[in-house]
Amino acid sequence: MLDYLLFGALPYVALAVFLIGSIYRYTKKGFQVSSLSSQFLEGRKLFFGSQFFHWGIVMLFFGHLIGFLIPNAVVAWNGSPVRLLVLEFTAFGFAISSLIGLLLLIKRRATTKRIQMVSNYMDYVVYLVLFVQIASGILMAYYGRWGSNWFASVMTPYLRSVFAFNPNVDLIAQLSTSNTMALLMVKTHIASAFLIIGIIPFTRFVHFLVAPFDYIWRKYQLVIWNWNHKEIRTSRNYFPGKSRDFKNN
Amino acid sequence: MNIRSQIAMVFHLDKCIGCHTCSVACKNIWTDRKGAEYMWWNNVETKPGTGYPTKWEDQDIYQGGWKKDGDSVSLKGAGKLKGLKNIFHNPNMPVLDDYYEPWAYRYQDLFDAPEGDDQPIGRAVSLITGEPIEIQSGPNWDDDLSGTPDYARQDVNFKHLSQAEQEAMFQLEKMTFHYLPRICNHCLNPACVASCPSGALYKRGEDGVVLINQERCRAWRMCVTACPYKKSYYNWNTGKSEKCVLCYPRLESGQPPACMHSCVGRIRYLGVMLYDADRIQAVASCNESEIVDRHMDIYLNPNDPAVIKAARENGIADSTIKAAQNSPVYKFVKEWKIALPLHPEFRTLPNLFYVPPLLPAMASVSADGTYDTISEHLLAGVEKLRVPIRYLSSLFTAGNDDKVIDVFKKLHAVRVSRRDTTVKDVTDKQLNTVMNEASIDVDTANAIFRLTSLATFEERFVIPAAHREEAIEMLENTGDYKGSTGFGFKEKPARGL
Repeated sequence: MLDYLLFGALPYVALAVFLIGSIYRYTKKGFQVSSLSSQFLEGRKLFFGSQFFHWGIVMLFFGHLIGFLIPNAVVAWNGSPVRLLVLEFTAFGFAISSLIGLLLLIKRRATTKRIQMVSNYMDYVVYLVLFVQIASGILMAYYGRWGSNWFASVMTPYLRSVFAFNPNVDLIAQLSTSNTMALLMVKTHIASAFLIIGIIPFTRFVHFLVAPFDYIWRKYQLVIWNWNHKEIRTSRNYFPGKSRDFKNN
Repeated sequence: MNIRSQIAMVFHLDKCIGCHTCSVACKNIWTDRKGAEYMWWNNVETKPGTGYPTKWEDQDIYQGGWKKDGDSVSLKGAGKLKGLKNIFHNPNMPVLDDYYEPWAYRYQDLFDAPEGDDQPIGRAVSLITGEPIEIQSGPNWDDDLSGTPDYARQDVNFKHLSQAEQEAMFQLEKMTFHYLPRICNHCLNPACVASCPSGALYKRGEDGVVLINQERCRAWRMCVTACPYKKSYYNWNTGKSEKCVLCYPRLESGQPPACMHSCVGRIRYLGVMLYDADRIQAVASCNESEIVDRHMDIYLNPNDPAVIKAARENGIADSTIKAAQNSPVYKFVKEWKIALPLHPEFRTLPNLFYVPPLLPAMASVSADGTYDTISEHLLAGVEKLRVPIRYLSSLFTAGNDDKVIDVFKKLHAVRVSRRDTTVKDVTDKQLNTVMNEASIDVDTANAIFRLTSLATFEERFVIPAAHREEAIEMLENTGDYKGSTGFGFKEKPARGL
């Protein structure tokens, strides 16, 4: 029953809240969409925490995305044990990096008076779910092994079934392994991933939705005309009752 | 030719008395808020000094502005590659302590303290943490040389001075300094705009004011690094960057910005300049030795019929062209050539120009401590200035001494000419020599004198109409609403969906 709640219902609740909440916050509360950087108040301790955490988490994000988009290629890559080990160790390295970064960031926020002044409880909620997410991922990789293969063959079909509105909960519910720790961690990891998606609109997570990739192809200088003499329109429709589409004036 | 209009400014440093009225006027209107306490969109520095934020001119530390990169320019410490690489931690960004920790005093303690043996005091408390702090520095901590040479000796511009020149300055610092009021330069080639990953910063097309869209700012903080003048500030409370808005709501209603309106010494001038936007790239990437001349050349003569025609074709209103013709900035910068940009080597093409301070030598302190007058005349020549030309050229002309001397010769000639007019103790030969060297005539000298000393409010601030009555026609056909809604309704009537 719990499995059906966590892997059948939670995904849709999370995605719905994420979509509606994010669109609402972006369009109606644009002022509140910010990365809320605190580097200005404290820059030194931030360096290692932020760099370790962000680069680790960004790489893991794209790693998961690749497993989701091209699972066959991942399985093919893992065909050779050496390449499998390279992939697994790289991913594990990024996970450790983001965990270390996260712990440094938590310590920084908890011990720096200036940072505490700009903290609210949601910052700590974010830390908690991120810690659960990263730690469960690491433990699962340690106890379960070869997650990249497993992700491509089990997780990807499950996620695709979720996006096809026909969730195949059995894929997750009927997972069996001799190691109960690994099984627990897998389920925790998946459930907390959906939880993170669901709380995006209510936390500083929103900043990754506005990651500035368009800067890469934008022109450097930006000039905006509030009004332009050349584009002043003439009034076309003086009289009530006439068509508003009347264009021949 | 792609003509645009730009609101530009001149600050006359000879007239600045360093009273900070401008800073306070600005603070009261714009930055007296949580998160903005430390910001001084307008600040006044004493030179030589380290400035605000500390050593802002040292781009080895802050990596602001542009550098020449082949035929083009690239941002020193930001840009597409560097900016995105450093987005998680910006290594060149100034932090709070590079400005100062804002504070207030607990005045209430003076009234509420219980009776005791000691005098009650109002302790300084941080406006960030609310805890008592030992004040380390303030926004004008080096004011009037601060009573110690420590700040002056750290001045970044001394990099360009020889040891002997520095020593001369250290002796001189007992006697001379000048003020440098600074606001955002609303540059033609703004590094802040170019550095913003989310495109929140932009230059307004119609008057060239550079603004930050608070709805689009995502706190990537690149503008703070990229602005070499450090005039973009990060609001630690809202998580948005902010900067001088040139009081655009005032400009649009025909009033000068608050800092300029309130200026006690009347050192500030504001007016329209027409410029050719197609040339920005070429001018910004020219050789450092010619950047001042090329920068001045980008501004066009608003009386030239060809310029007027091209400006009209580009949609610039006649009232704006007329304002450009009466612009005091055009007179100082182009006609008389006595105003210079601050640190042109940053290559942002700033629109704030300074008449450099003529600090004529009247006396010096000799080694044995006696006070020597060094000139028989009240108005000693340019070569007897108290401040080394090299220092000012480092500030205003990217190291070109001759340009500063040219300006000083003119300023000096104006003084001699006025003394001839009023006191009449200058010989014709003296006058002619000075006027010829400065290559100005008496009429020009009188015009400079008039605009410098006697100018009215309307002569100092020539602000074109914003024509907001026409701007509405961009958004809607006003005729459509005629007869359809009553006074005060903003929406058309609708019945159901």
